[in-house]
Amino acid sequence: MTAQQSLLRPVRMKWWEPVLWLVLFAAPVAFPSQAPIINETAIWALFALSLDLVLGYAGVVSLGQAAFFGFGAYIAALFAKHVSPDPHIGMLVAIGASAALGLLASLTILRGTDLTRLMVTLGLAAILLELANKLDWLTGGTDGIQGLTIAPVFGQFEFGIDGRVASYYSMGLLLLFVLLCRLIVNSPFGATLKAIRDNRLRAMAIGIPVHARLISIYALAAGIAGAAGAAFVHTSGYTSLEAFSFDRSADVMLMVVIGGVGWLYGGIFGAIIFKVIQDVLSQITPQYWMFWIGLFLVVLVLVGRDRLLRPWTWWRKA
Amino acid sequence: MLTILFDGIAYGMLLFVLAVGLAVTMGLMNFINLAHGAFAMVGGYITVLAMQRLGVPFLASLPLAFVGAALLGAVLERTLYRPLYRKPHLDQVLFSIGLVFMAVAAVDYYIGSTQQIIQLPQWLKGRTDIGSLGVGHYRLFIIAVCAVLTVILQYILAKTRFGSRLRASVDDQRVAAGMGINVNVVFLSTFAFGSGLAGLGGALGAEVLGLDPSFPLKFMIYFLIVVAVGGTSSITGPLLAALLLGIADVAGKYYIPKMGAFIVYTLMIVILLWKPNGLFVRQGGKA
Repeated sequence: MTAQQSLLRPVRMKWWEPVLWLVLFAAPVAFPSQAPIINETAIWALFALSLDLVLGYAGVVSLGQAAFFGFGAYIAALFAKHVSPDPHIGMLVAIGASAALGLLASLTILRGTDLTRLMVTLGLAAILLELANKLDWLTGGTDGIQGLTIAPVFGQFEFGIDGRVASYYSMGLLLLFVLLCRLIVNSPFGATLKAIRDNRLRAMAIGIPVHARLISIYALAAGIAGAAGAAFVHTSGYTSLEAFSFDRSADVMLMVVIGGVGWLYGGIFGAIIFKVIQDVLSQITPQYWMFWIGLFLVVLVLVGRDRLLRPWTWWRKA
Repeated sequence: MLTILFDGIAYGMLLFVLAVGLAVTMGLMNFINLAHGAFAMVGGYITVLAMQRLGVPFLASLPLAFVGAALLGAVLERTLYRPLYRKPHLDQVLFSIGLVFMAVAAVDYYIGSTQQIIQLPQWLKGRTDIGSLGVGHYRLFIIAVCAVLTVILQYILAKTRFGSRLRASVDDQRVAAGMGINVNVVFLSTFAFGSGLAGLGGALGAEVLGLDPSFPLKFMIYFLIVVAVGGTSSITGPLLAALLLGIADVAGKYYIPKMGAFIVYTLMIVILLWKPNGLFVRQGGKA
């Protein structure tokens, strides 16, 4: 294999990628009754994609990614309520606003230790939650913003009660952003990100502009999280304080980790697996499914994240 | 005004006792232990159960809470935590969040999700007014207990043989081990002691902070703020950070109730932007 081929190998599309997308896009037709859940899973997957960029590619531990999800959701809701019900412009506005917030917030992740970053990301989400709660003349306080009417997608496809259009809307967005992120992480820009993740000091020493890279990837990820929030608002017609909650940040981190960090499809698989686990467990024990998720996490870490996904390596020596 | 300051100090002292174990774990073992609040909750529930079911008096239940949480800490350190010291921070975050989820659901399952109420003895209830300063008896008791604990802690860390071994292990584990210090035992006892303090804090704070299964999640952020803002290399840092946080929180809730927890988080972010490694960082130590 020549050097060029080996460099291009991870970039080239694998045979299963188009198959996966075909299966995903066929799902709402094959299981029409599950369309709302498929929609929800696609939104989570999009959200997980944004965290994976930050966590898996830039190596920034963030417990407050819900800040951008919630911000995008509220911007989209306010836009739909006061300006225009059009989802396309609303989506662009929400992405722009969240990316701008991410740009601002990226200043907090440049310095300090993992603990500091954990705290400031957590704090940012908490501050936005407080703001959304207290500015009730604008955000509806604890009631959130409800009963939004969203115009049809492309002026044709009405968001129906069956969730079919909604699921295609969210999956279309997901596909778009996965393709975009694919381009980005496989570019030289993406390679510098991985260098920063692996060793920040070394990256700095070989002349990678670490701060500029971190700022841009954080803002991009914030924009994608905002898109997920906006998609949630457009397909459900409401938003509430829950969008900012710590649970949401924690859940999305679980998805990324379950699916695999630093792998764009990790978020998608993670979201699917997480939704299935949650569904099954909460049917068995509606109140205590948190216990099992906790146990799963503990076992996952003790066994080793990469080994859990490869059962055939469990009995090999570490 | 003075009353608010007084309540803020009591609250801050309580936060300090709750969080100091975490400061030591993070500073010493470089382990991000989000489950610290779960040990505090265990302490709180030991007190509640001992008082309700066994009729133990309040004062006698406090040492019980300490010992119970410390024992649990020791067992978990040996079995679950130790293999994770060398893992990346992400693994530690996930692991300890998993523990929190389990603790929350387990307490909910066995004891129920209602808020628990501690029956304080008569002499701790009520308050005395000294001029414009209203001194709640229980608040005064908290300040006294926590102040004594702080002095003892400072003494142990600075003057005793164990303290020197601990500080040596913090600075460089390998060298400390080479000098004949059994680092594992030092870590185990420190972790257990820190968990015990959290348990004691949980028992003391059950009346002030409220006690229900969501306790570890609700107060996790507060402990982390204390540690992140105070720095992890001394106990004066977390102490001052806890006092600052306690006073800011109480005063904020009193004067501008509309802003709620907003002040605390903003304060934290501003401080961390200004000093990313905390306010009080010992020079020369490992980051």
